[in-house]
Amino acid sequence: MFAFVERREVLYTRIEELLAKWPQEPRFLIPVLQAVQEQLGYLPPEALEKIAEKLGISLSRVYGVATFYTQFVFKPRGQNFVRICLGTACHVRGAAQVLEELLRWKEVEVEPVRCLGACALAPVVVTADGKYHGGMTPLKVRTLVQTLRKGRDG
Amino acid sequence: MASLRHLRELEVLREELRKSKDSGQICITICGGTGCRALGSEELLAAIKAELNHHRTKNVEVKLTGCHGLCERGPIVVIQPEGIFYPGLRSENVPEVIQAILADRVVDRLLYHDPSTGKPVIRQEDIPFYRKQKRLVLAANGRIDPTSIYDYIAIGGYQALGKALQMDPEEIIEEIKRAGLRGRGGAGFPTGKKWELCRRAPGTKKYVICNGDEGDPGAYMDRSVLEGNPHSVIEGMIIGAYAVGANEGYIYVRAEYPLAIKHLRIAIAQAEELGLLGEDILGSGFSFHLHIFEGAGAFVCGEETALIASIEGRRGQPRPRPPYPVESGLFGKPTVINNVETWANVPLIIAHGAEWFRSMGTPGSPGTKIFSLTGKVKNTGLVEVPMGITLRELIFEIGGGPPEGKRFKAVQIGGPSGGCLPAELLDLPIDYESLTQAGAMMGSGGMVVVDEDTCMVELARFFLEFTQAESCGQCPPCRLGTKRMLEILTRITQGRGKPGDLSLLEELALGVREASLCGLGRTAPNPVLTTLRYFRTEYEAHLEGRCPAKFCRALLAYQIDPELCVGCGLCAQTCPQGAIFGEKGKPHRIEMRLCVRCGACAAACPKGAISAR
Repeated sequence: MFAFVERREVLYTRIEELLAKWPQEPRFLIPVLQAVQEQLGYLPPEALEKIAEKLGISLSRVYGVATFYTQFVFKPRGQNFVRICLGTACHVRGAAQVLEELLRWKEVEVEPVRCLGACALAPVVVTADGKYHGGMTPLKVRTLVQTLRKGRDG
Repeated sequence: MASLRHLRELEVLREELRKSKDSGQICITICGGTGCRALGSEELLAAIKAELNHHRTKNVEVKLTGCHGLCERGPIVVIQPEGIFYPGLRSENVPEVIQAILADRVVDRLLYHDPSTGKPVIRQEDIPFYRKQKRLVLAANGRIDPTSIYDYIAIGGYQALGKALQMDPEEIIEEIKRAGLRGRGGAGFPTGKKWELCRRAPGTKKYVICNGDEGDPGAYMDRSVLEGNPHSVIEGMIIGAYAVGANEGYIYVRAEYPLAIKHLRIAIAQAEELGLLGEDILGSGFSFHLHIFEGAGAFVCGEETALIASIEGRRGQPRPRPPYPVESGLFGKPTVINNVETWANVPLIIAHGAEWFRSMGTPGSPGTKIFSLTGKVKNTGLVEVPMGITLRELIFEIGGGPPEGKRFKAVQIGGPSGGCLPAELLDLPIDYESLTQAGAMMGSGGMVVVDEDTCMVELARFFLEFTQAESCGQCPPCRLGTKRMLEILTRITQGRGKPGDLSLLEELALGVREASLCGLGRTAPNPVLTTLRYFRTEYEAHLEGRCPAKFCRALLAYQIDPELCVGCGLCAQTCPQGAIFGEKGKPHRIEMRLCVRCGACAAACPKGAISAR
């Protein structure tokens, strides 16, 4: 219980510091959400409450906006986090099969996204370090998972 | 950097920049677009710099530029001024190439080889991919360092702004109207007309917005322009703002484009420092402030009223029009909203005149258009062509057609809101009207080529899945209609289609098209309607239990040809279900009740004896 309270306190201070940089107007809601997520990695309930209070809008509106956009996440992301592009160019070059293989690996957290604009590399997977992996196949996914494992253990 | 207080000072600066550069100086340009970066252009840059140091050469310039367009063959390196073109260069090739440059030679082996003749092509402009193009908006992309405003000024940047500031705002609008520039983001609304409406709208506070929420999958020209030549967009926006009487503007960019955002931030800071943005631009008395807004990921925000709602800090939901943004836009003020490519065309028109612009393209759709050619095509990349070029020229002469000798089946134009056009329409000229008539639309210019291996019903399902997921949920026709259509399409691809499904699908599609609130819903049925129109037999085949493209798993039946099977047993070992039986050395057979149609056996068979039916 104590640890929980402490975490909350720390969070509040960090969020307060972040919010101080922004004018307290409702129209800055989206950039504020982006800034908080960039710092914390996700949007915990405490952050949403504080943002609502600071910008003078209801929590429901903050939550409504945050859930509308795909950029915002409400729980921390895993270490082995990858994005897979499911845009049309990737789709016609077999992204569905790549996704199917990725989903088989429980240690990988997969986020499907709509077009990364790297269509020449289709089908493309982007790892947490921002590296693009082009021309993916189910076989290449297995190699990728092995490297992710090594990176974590080593 | 000292702020420029007068047009003359800009021209003096330009002269100085030009003089300081020897026109014959060798410049190695490396493509720094997202695609080439992923293929290793940053490592290549380091290797080239190291090698030049090793040779102690000082008179060779090295630059990381914007996208060169032929993304399939990245990383692209072009040696200026001759334009020697090296595709797919690796770090280990660098010493050889640098030696050749210093000795005024080329490395034949590493040049681009024309696939039809097999001969090496030295210069960029002689490569078939580039020969038919007319690169205006993309012209500077491969030549300048996008993070240097001086590079842009040296090639004539902000000259159009200087000219515009000496013109009457009405004169500028008249020039854009005479040029016949139409919105490059989708519907093709005349830009000059839009500006005029905004100028005439009452009120002193007005806005201009650049729509860089390039959400169409398979389209990335706006990203490339923002990454490779951000100042051209900024210059266009300042001219537009001056013409309509706005003093504040926003560039809305997707958060998925981090490099574009970075380059824009640098470009805006540099323009502010030089006094090309901010108060009293070039001593004209006109002031303009520009902000970047990072989109948070919602396809519907490409719709102008949804995009405005997003900047205002709300959910990106469209509202009914009228009133149009030119009357009541951002924060209720008159607003002009144009897409990236449209803004980038503005400085060109002002600098060269309306007649020059009209000399390209067709009378109804003048100028050029950038298309991103993707999918099953040899030369994936960005192409800029005059309007009116045929699909055949674009896909086959520039794009090289489908790879591996596959048969061209269709091209999907305009993103998820566009349509699929068949081989019969390959000679269709590309302009706003003819594409709309054929059931597709210009959209942002995404072109995804599909070959015989793609199932058109499945492709229609894919697009519907996209639009259904991206529907904002506000109006029932779009929210419910797309969901029901998706259900029917999924059912058909899974072999559970019912008689009457096709007419039901058509009825729903027409209803969604008629009754939806915004462009997303109104165009969502396009892929379904065009595939029903041009590929109806494929739908009918699915209802009979066959997928002609052999793609839809539920409709496949794998079988082993006993004539070809040698009984090696590899298939039985590979099968994850243990569905293949047979004695060693004798033809095997597949038990269909156990088969999950994964296709692993067909891939494992050394004799090609296993096929899907």
